[in-house]
Amino acid sequence: MSTYLEAPVETERRPLSIAITVARLALIGVALVVVAGAFAYLGGWLSPNNLTPARFTDAFERVDGVHAGFRRNHAKGVGVSGVFESNGNGARFSKAAVFHPGRVPVVGRFSLSGGQPDVADGADAVRGLGLQFNLPDGEVWRTAMINLPVFPFRTPEAFYQRLVASKPDPNTGKPDPAAVQAFLDRHPEIVQAMNVIKGQPLASGFDNSTFHGLNAFRLVNSTGSSVPVRWVLTPMQPFEAASTASSVQDKNYLFDALIAQIHRQPLRWQLILVIGQPGDPTHDATVAWPAGRERVDVGTLTLDRVDAEDTSAATDINFDPLVLPAGIAPSDDPLLSARSAVYSQSFTRREGEAKQPSPITPADVHRGD
Amino acid sequence: MPAQPRFPAVSRLLHWTMAVMVLIMLCIGVAMVVSLGDYHALVSIHRPLGIAILILVVVRFVNRLINPPPPLPATMSRAERLAATASELAMYGLMLVLPLVGWGMLSAARYPIVLHGSVHLPFILPHNAVLYAVLRKAHTILAYLFFLTFMAHVGAILFHTLIVRDGMLRRMAP
Ligand code: HEM
Ligand code: HEM
Ligand code: HEM
Repeated sequence: MSTYLEAPVETERRPLSIAITVARLALIGVALVVVAGAFAYLGGWLSPNNLTPARFTDAFERVDGVHAGFRRNHAKGVGVSGVFESNGNGARFSKAAVFHPGRVPVVGRFSLSGGQPDVADGADAVRGLGLQFNLPDGEVWRTAMINLPVFPFRTPEAFYQRLVASKPDPNTGKPDPAAVQAFLDRHPEIVQAMNVIKGQPLASGFDNSTFHGLNAFRLVNSTGSSVPVRWVLTPMQPFEAASTASSVQDKNYLFDALIAQIHRQPLRWQLILVIGQPGDPTHDATVAWPAGRERVDVGTLTLDRVDAEDTSAATDINFDPLVLPAGIAPSDDPLLSARSAVYSQSFTRREGEAKQPSPITPADVHRGD
Repeated sequence: MPAQPRFPAVSRLLHWTMAVMVLIMLCIGVAMVVSLGDYHALVSIHRPLGIAILILVVVRFVNRLINPPPPLPATMSRAERLAATASELAMYGLMLVLPLVGWGMLSAARYPIVLHGSVHLPFILPHNAVLYAVLRKAHTILAYLFFLTFMAHVGAILFHTLIVRDGMLRRMAP
């Protein structure tokens, strides 16, 4: 190559022979094709079967349909807002301003899992709470938590395969039981996690549910030392078990109850940091850490306002779990980067679509005002 | 024949530094949006590196005013000169607009625009879903356009160097 590049510059350039001209043109062509090929390879065009954020999002859409303007998962929800009052106990572990003693405004969103915004509330659906803490210096902390004690899937691939297996069969309208069973046989950790989940009593509503961050993170304090952490929001509303009676209930009974409760009085949760020990798995959200880990109560979350999605500030927020302030860092949990990537894809799709009115309307939300 | 005039040293330094940066940015960009595992790490590099390009292109523009490029080789026709100037202009434009669109789209979506640790940029646009969606699409289209312009640029330089043999590469060689 260098002999070509260093070809002497001649005043009276001898014409190149046809053969050399063709060879050099071919060389240029090859160089450009190699560059374009490398670019195509990096962009995934040469690996159409890789699991990408777009294909993951497509899978949600295949299972639950496309509901323009809505989240591809946790589609049904309402916005909330309030304040987090930090007691300063977290500052020992993390330099993040959210753990200094003081108050930080919070915007959040309660949701039910699944991609259908108008699904009937039910005990089976996973309850979600997305939160954004607006730190004083413009930093932001976002977290999206659910009411399960462990996550059923260790890897994004396992979650994806489960989604694919759960797609209803067009003939029966139900997922193919053989496909689901075959999938579970390959993933004993899911069966184990499901047992843990079934062993936890289900609370009657959003207000008395415990919300788990599930993924591990690292807290970094002002001296630079770091500890593994998981966080939990424990309700200050008394626990009451969900009724087992399968009586026909209001389609929005969970959300309606939440709305009525917030209108009566602010709802409160304690934010608990569970500090991990060396050796506790940080890469596996399907297993709980051993009991007896230090649990630090770092403050109280108070939610005193609820808004329908049509008007809530939370609607156009992506509760990406890797939007973190300095002092909270990701762990090696493979779900984290995958969540960030897929949430971004879901967010980009829904923000580009015309917004439909939310099934829980502003009138529903303001009935109690 | 007298050696081709070369670009001033500062211009050459800026050209090659930024060429490497832009290429890395294009590669990171297309790779991160198809990755689950590396998405976060890549996007965390993509933001500050893109902003660095934004700063450097301003420096480079000022430098070009102070240190104008040497005259183009006499071998170039009018049309070629026009094409060369247009593609250089396009690349300057893209080095400026692409990072601005990146910054703008994250502003419109109200993502904190973290460069490193607690260092983050202010928002340059209002919170607006449609604005985000449009800019996000524009970011992709402009990035691909940049890649095509880059290919044309390299193709033209190689053509001049290997076929026309007017020593064009030497003008910019480090
Ligand atoms: C690889 C694993 C996961 C994938 C692919 C995934 C996918 C998604 C998607 C696509 C959305 C909608 C995002 C949007 O449009 O804004 C979403 C929302 C949500 N996810 Fe996940 N998720 C995963 C794991 C988890 C885990 C482990 C938790 C709980 C700890 C969780 C809790 C939530 C919550 C609460 C929401 C609703 C947030 C909101 O209101 O905006 N997800 N998820
Ligand atoms: C994405 C990467 C690149 C960008 C953005 C870029 C941009 C530019 C720009 C804007 C100029 C005009 C001169 C100036 O104002 O600095 C230029 C000139 C030049 N570039 Fe690049 N360039 C890139 C990559 C390359 C590569 C890979 C090569 C080598 C094949 C190359 C070779 C040259 C040469 C030889 C000139 C001088 C042209 C002349 O004689 O006027 N560039 N480039
Ligand atoms: C010269 C500078 C830049 C180049 C060449 C570049 C290139 C790219 C490319 C090729 C993509 C993938 C597009 C796609 O396939 O959809 C991308 C996406 C992206 N870029 Fe840039 N970019 C630049 C600057 C920036 C800046 C300054 C920011 C923010 C501060 C930024 C933020 C992003 C984000 C957030 C995404 C998409 C992530 C997602 O959708 O999940 N970029 N960029």
